[in-house]
Amino acid sequence: MALQAIAFYLLSAVTVVAGLCVVSARNPVHSVLFLILAFFSAAGLFVLLGAEFLAMLLVVVYVGAVAVLFLFVVMMLDVDFAALRQGFAQYAPLGALIGGFLAFEMILVSTAVSTHGAAAGHDTPQAATQGFSNVESIGRVLYTDYIYFFQAAGLVLLVAMIGAIVLTLRHKPGVRRQVIADQVARGPKTGMRIVQIKPGEGISE
Amino acid sequence: MSIGLAHYLAVAAILFTIGVFGIFVNRKNIIVILMSIELILLAVNINLVAFSSFLHDVVGQIFAMFVLTVAAAEAAVGLAILVTFFRNRGDIAVDDASMMKG
Repeated sequence: MALQAIAFYLLSAVTVVAGLCVVSARNPVHSVLFLILAFFSAAGLFVLLGAEFLAMLLVVVYVGAVAVLFLFVVMMLDVDFAALRQGFAQYAPLGALIGGFLAFEMILVSTAVSTHGAAAGHDTPQAATQGFSNVESIGRVLYTDYIYFFQAAGLVLLVAMIGAIVLTLRHKPGVRRQVIADQVARGPKTGMRIVQIKPGEGISE
Repeated sequence: MSIGLAHYLAVAAILFTIGVFGIFVNRKNIIVILMSIELILLAVNINLVAFSSFLHDVVGQIFAMFVLTVAAAEAAVGLAILVTFFRNRGDIAVDDASMMKG
């Protein structure tokens, strides 16, 4: 139990500090790397809660795909990031004040919920149905009761994929592309020309 | 001392607040704003998984998966819009993005 508490405090401290570094780092590349660290330690928190499948999903989807996408975009854009930090010191005190109030209120509510709410009696985390592993119990619910939501999620990803491609695709003028229809339609009449050359003169185009 | 639901909820609340703070202080840098939104969604996921685990109900994790899906889609489309915006304007300062004002 003590080991679990140490792991919890370590992981949550790393998550919170990495989150702070994400919003306050000067270089956006560092921000992305701290975001990856935050996701990793949040995945550790999920493992502590018993939700191994979501932890692995977080590492694969977020660290493997989303954070790397961010990294690509940050490195691709040639922007003066120092100019974008203007006003940081100006907004920081007000933001910290509002954020402090927000965190205070939310922690108060969460304390109240966890002592008097529906989860009041439970003090052991158990992220699976009795007798099944975490992955198996997720699959049993996801592919039966939530199958339409699951397919809708697939549709959301498809629309996002098509949208991203449509938004970033551009046709540059002056780029020669392969047009297969033209190639197939090309016959001897259009592809070849017979030129009569007089002897001794040669040909110049 | 044992780690209960309140501990996880507190971490999620702090992470959520950091995300909101990040949107406040980085008003020009849309990349950091998008990363702050990711942090906020991560905090929501921690909340969902903590409740799912302490209520012994697996449906919370299903919902967290859907949140993850929508967050991934949002990041992809948001970054695509950002790249298009950068091509059109040459920078990504969003505080004076008022082309659609009419």
